[in-house]
Amino acid sequence: MATLLLAEHDNEKLNDATLRAANAAIQLGAEVHVLVAGQGCAAAGEAAAKIAGIAKVIVADDAAFANQLAEPIADLIVSMADGYDAFVAPATSNGKNTMPRVAALLDVMQLSDVTEVISADTFVRPIYAGNAFQKVQTSDVKKVLTVRTTTFEAVALDGSASVEAHGASVGNSVSSFVGAEIAGGDRVDLASAKIVISGGRALGSKDKFNELLEPLADKLGAALGASRAAVDAGFAPNDWQVGQTGKVVAPDLYIAIGISGAIQHLAGMKDSTIIVAINTDEDAPIFSIADYGLVADLFEAVPELTASI
Amino acid sequence: MKILVPVKRVVDYNVKIRAKADGSGVDLNNVKMSMNPFDEIAVEEALKLKEAGKAEEVIVVSIGPDKAQETLRTGLAMGADRAILVQAEGTIEPLDVAKILKGVVEAEGPDLVILGKQAIDDDANQTGQMLAALLGWGQGTFAFKVEMADGTVDVTREVDGGLQTVKLNLPAIITTDLRLNQPRYASLPNIMKAKKKPLDVKTPGDFGVEVKNRLTVLETTEPAARKAGIKVTSVAELVDKLKNEAGAI
Ligand SMILES: Cc1cc2nc3c(=O)[nH]c(=O)nc-3n(C[C@H](O)[C@H](O)[C@H](O)COP(=O)(O)OP(=O)(O)OC[C@H]3O[C@@H](n4cnc5c(N)ncnc54)[C@H](O)[C@@H]3O)c2cc1C
Repeated sequence: MATLLLAEHDNEKLNDATLRAANAAIQLGAEVHVLVAGQGCAAAGEAAAKIAGIAKVIVADDAAFANQLAEPIADLIVSMADGYDAFVAPATSNGKNTMPRVAALLDVMQLSDVTEVISADTFVRPIYAGNAFQKVQTSDVKKVLTVRTTTFEAVALDGSASVEAHGASVGNSVSSFVGAEIAGGDRVDLASAKIVISGGRALGSKDKFNELLEPLADKLGAALGASRAAVDAGFAPNDWQVGQTGKVVAPDLYIAIGISGAIQHLAGMKDSTIIVAINTDEDAPIFSIADYGLVADLFEAVPELTASI
Repeated sequence: MKILVPVKRVVDYNVKIRAKADGSGVDLNNVKMSMNPFDEIAVEEALKLKEAGKAEEVIVVSIGPDKAQETLRTGLAMGADRAILVQAEGTIEPLDVAKILKGVVEAEGPDLVILGKQAIDDDANQTGQMLAALLGWGQGTFAFKVEMADGTVDVTREVDGGLQTVKLNLPAIITTDLRLNQPRYASLPNIMKAKKKPLDVKTPGDFGVEVKNRLTVLETTEPAARKAGIKVTSVAELVDKLKNEAGAI
């Protein structure tokens, strides 16, 4: 049979997470169909058709799907379920919201945050903030998985799959969209950045956080991230939180500034290629995983670093 | 209105767990256990709604071993009115937990179920969404703010890129994110009082559920340790290493 991949998009383009989840979906071994659900999402459908290695794109264009609410999207996927034996989405906030709903309606267990596809029924996934990994085999006939995108490469965009429209509509009498505050700006996206600069509690204020870290990030073309303590204190927006319960990133270079290195933080960044830590406490746990540690006061070291690159 | 708050007994968030050398699982001997931190936030939110006059009763429920009574007592000491333990040993997968909770919901008739968004042991992040699906209710996951209105609740959610607000018809499911509130500590008098609060013990069978695991764990391993790095003594040395040794900038 086939695998259905739920695409994430802004009606125009797909995000990088979708291209990475496509890699995992293709590894399941069956034909992959990509579902683009939204309102006025034809352009995203065309973009999805270019994903290399997929067989077909299905565009479900309906007002009910405008804001990607879990209830109608899950109902849509379940209405198509007969033709599929696996359902895949990136483990983004949308994927995490929607896919367990799909799994429960299909009476199957979801495999969350899959980091490796061993075979069509066996997967590796992290537990305990990534301090252990489980190899799990599912006995469910239909598989539902969300994919940890940092461990899969994005597939190329040189394909030319066919695009078909999905006519049926679904209702939603239980939830409705009220509004969203989505940060715009041209800062590089945290999840797909090559370099991430993260600040912790030690920055002391939002002003200092921005004053010290933004120029460095600008110079390096980096995304900004933060520890939970920095987010809780209001220095940085919620979705900059890196960690077990925030974003998982694995850039080429991760610079942790004034972050102690709690296990929950390490869970979100320890697969980065090169890790740099700047901290006044030479015994801070972050140094145990840093390739380059600098014991220094960040208020002096960061401006100096910015000036010297 | 009643609020149901499911709570899970998990390894304390300060404990760094180890996988057993033979790959058979995680070593849980003598490790400190606590209420899942996201569930503490869920209990707190329910108590705040009760204190604001929006709810009459807060019921905590746990599905787990006999020892989960301690977790329920913690919820009672925080201020919940009564507790239900659905006794079950071993691993109970989120789908079965959701099915048991559906039975509890049908028996108790709450208008709101507030759960933690994920448990910090299996990190699955599924149970709330699954329960919402099984009940056919709306879901407000990863809640940052909860505002009750007449027959509806507005949930502002932490999503990629920022915040999203949804309106849910009651009854509904909410799952908590970290910044929803700061959970209270139980005071000593309240810990004493909690010992006398009602705690019912049930079984999955009482709710018509036969626990049946779908997943077989073949192996549990630790990730490869990162090789120890070095300390640099100056910003200049750091820049040099990043440029010439790592090629990272
Ligand atoms: C359920 C749960 C989930 C969690 N999820 C996450 C998560 O996803 N992500 C996350 O990050 N955390 C998470 N946490 C929180 C985590 O446990 C830590 O509390 C948090 O990461 C600490 O942030 P921090 O390192 O910025 O602050 P601190 O631990 O306070 O560290 C500040 C550091 O700054 C250093 N410092 C101070 N002054 C200076 C200076 N002038 N120059 C340089 N260094 C200085 C100090 O030596 C210290 O090491 C979670 C916790 C729980 C309970």
